[in-house]
Amino acid sequence: MTPVVLLTGFLGSGKTTLLQRLLTDASMAGAAVLINEFGEVGLDHHLLDRIDDNVVLLKSGCICCTVRGEVADALSNLNTMRASGDIAFDRVVIETTGLADPYPVLQTLTAHPVLRSHFVNGGVLTTVDAVNANLQVEHRAEAVRQIAAADRIVLTKTDLATPEQISDIRARLLRINPAARSVTSDLDVPTILGGFGPATFADTLSSDHVCTPTCGHDHHHHGHHHHDADLDVTSFSLVIDGAIDWTMFGTWLTLLLHKHGDRIFRVKGILALEGEDRPIAIHGVQHLVHAPTHMDHWPAGPRQSRLVFIMEGISPDAIRRSFTAFTGLADVRAAA
Amino acid sequence: MCSLCGILGCDDHWTNAVARPGVYTRNHDSQSRRAESARRVKAANEILSYRRLKLDIWQSRSYIVSSPTGASSVFEALSHLWPEAETLAGREFDPLDEGLLSWMEERARS
Repeated sequence: MTPVVLLTGFLGSGKTTLLQRLLTDASMAGAAVLINEFGEVGLDHHLLDRIDDNVVLLKSGCICCTVRGEVADALSNLNTMRASGDIAFDRVVIETTGLADPYPVLQTLTAHPVLRSHFVNGGVLTTVDAVNANLQVEHRAEAVRQIAAADRIVLTKTDLATPEQISDIRARLLRINPAARSVTSDLDVPTILGGFGPATFADTLSSDHVCTPTCGHDHHHHGHHHHDADLDVTSFSLVIDGAIDWTMFGTWLTLLLHKHGDRIFRVKGILALEGEDRPIAIHGVQHLVHAPTHMDHWPAGPRQSRLVFIMEGISPDAIRRSFTAFTGLADVRAAA
Repeated sequence: MCSLCGILGCDDHWTNAVARPGVYTRNHDSQSRRAESARRVKAANEILSYRRLKLDIWQSRSYIVSSPTGASSVFEALSHLWPEAETLAGREFDPLDEGLLSWMEERARS
C-alpha cells in the first residue's frame, strides 16, 4: 500500500514552499506529486524545481468538489504507469488548493473501489501562516477545517511574526486540534515529518493537556473542551472507564457521523474494548472513518478509552449523553 | 455491489473492515463475520425499535429493514442502514435527539 500525504493549508500559507523543501529530503526521493490549483492557469508547478513525470498538475480547479474524479484518475494513472514500469514511486504527495476541504480527497482514497487497494492515507499535513492565521481562522471555515483535519501542523512565516503572534496562534491551534502536533517550518525535514501519520497519534491522546489560564476552555463543564468563538468550533475529549462494546460503539459513531458528519471535523480515539487486551485506534474526518488499527500496546498511563472530537455547533454535553445512552457506560468524564 | 451507487465491492465499512495487517476487525472468517453481523443486527434493532422498524439478515448475504405496515427495503451493506431506515420511517434517526435519548435512558432504567 502506498501512503498518500495530503498537503493542505489556507491560501498563501506556504504549502508550495514547504513542498519544495520536503522534496529535497532523501526520504522523499521516491515521491510522486499531484498539485491542484484553483483557476484556469496553474502556476504552483512552475515554482517547483523538480518537474518530471511524477509531478501531475490537476488543472480543473477546486479539489474540494469538482475534481474528486480527477484526483482518482490521476492516482489511477500513476498506479498504472508504475505497474507497467514507466515510473517508480513509494509515496504520493497531493498539494491541495488553499480553499480545499481535505475530507473529499480522504474519502476518495477510502471509498474508491480500485484506489483503496493500492493507496492508504499517509496523513494530513497542514501549513498555518503564523502572521495571518488568526484572522483566517476567525472568518474562513475552510481554514478551520484544514487545521482540524491535520495530523501534523507546520507553522510557517514564524520569522515574520512577533513572539506574541506565534504564542497566540499556537494556543489557538491547540484549541482547534489538540490531537495534532505542531512544528515550525524552519526545522529540518526529518523533524517536520518525524513520527508523522494518521496512526501515530497515540502520544498526543495519551497525555492529558495541562490547562492554563490562557487555554480558554470552560472549566465548569463535566467534559473537557475548548471553544473557538468565531466559528463555534469546539474541541472536546471524553475519557471513559470500562471496556466498550465494539458493536454498539460502531453503531453509535456510524449514526452520529451519518447525521452530523458535516459538523464533526475530526474524531480520534484510543479504545479499550471488551475482550481485547490491546487498544484500538480510530481516526475519522467528517463522514469518513478510516479502518481501525490494532495498536501494539497501551501508551503510558491508565488504560482508559479516550475520544477527541473537533466539532462545529454541537454541544459536548449532547455527545457525552448520547455516548452514555448508546454504550451503557456511565463513567464518562473530563481528561484534565 | 452498492445498491445506492452501483459501485462494485463497496462493503468495506470501518466497523467491518476487510482483514489485513494492523487493522482491527471481526471480519476474519465466515464464522466470525456471521457472529458479528448478528451482533450488529441486534444493536441496530435496539435503536430501530424507537420508530418501530426491524432489521433482519436477508438470505445470509443482505439485510432487510421493515416497518410494521409491511414496507421493507433490502440492502447489501450495513453502511446503508440508516439512510434506508430513515426513508422507510419517513423520519430521521438522530443520536443527539432529545426524544431518542430520553427513550433510551428510560429503557435502560426499566
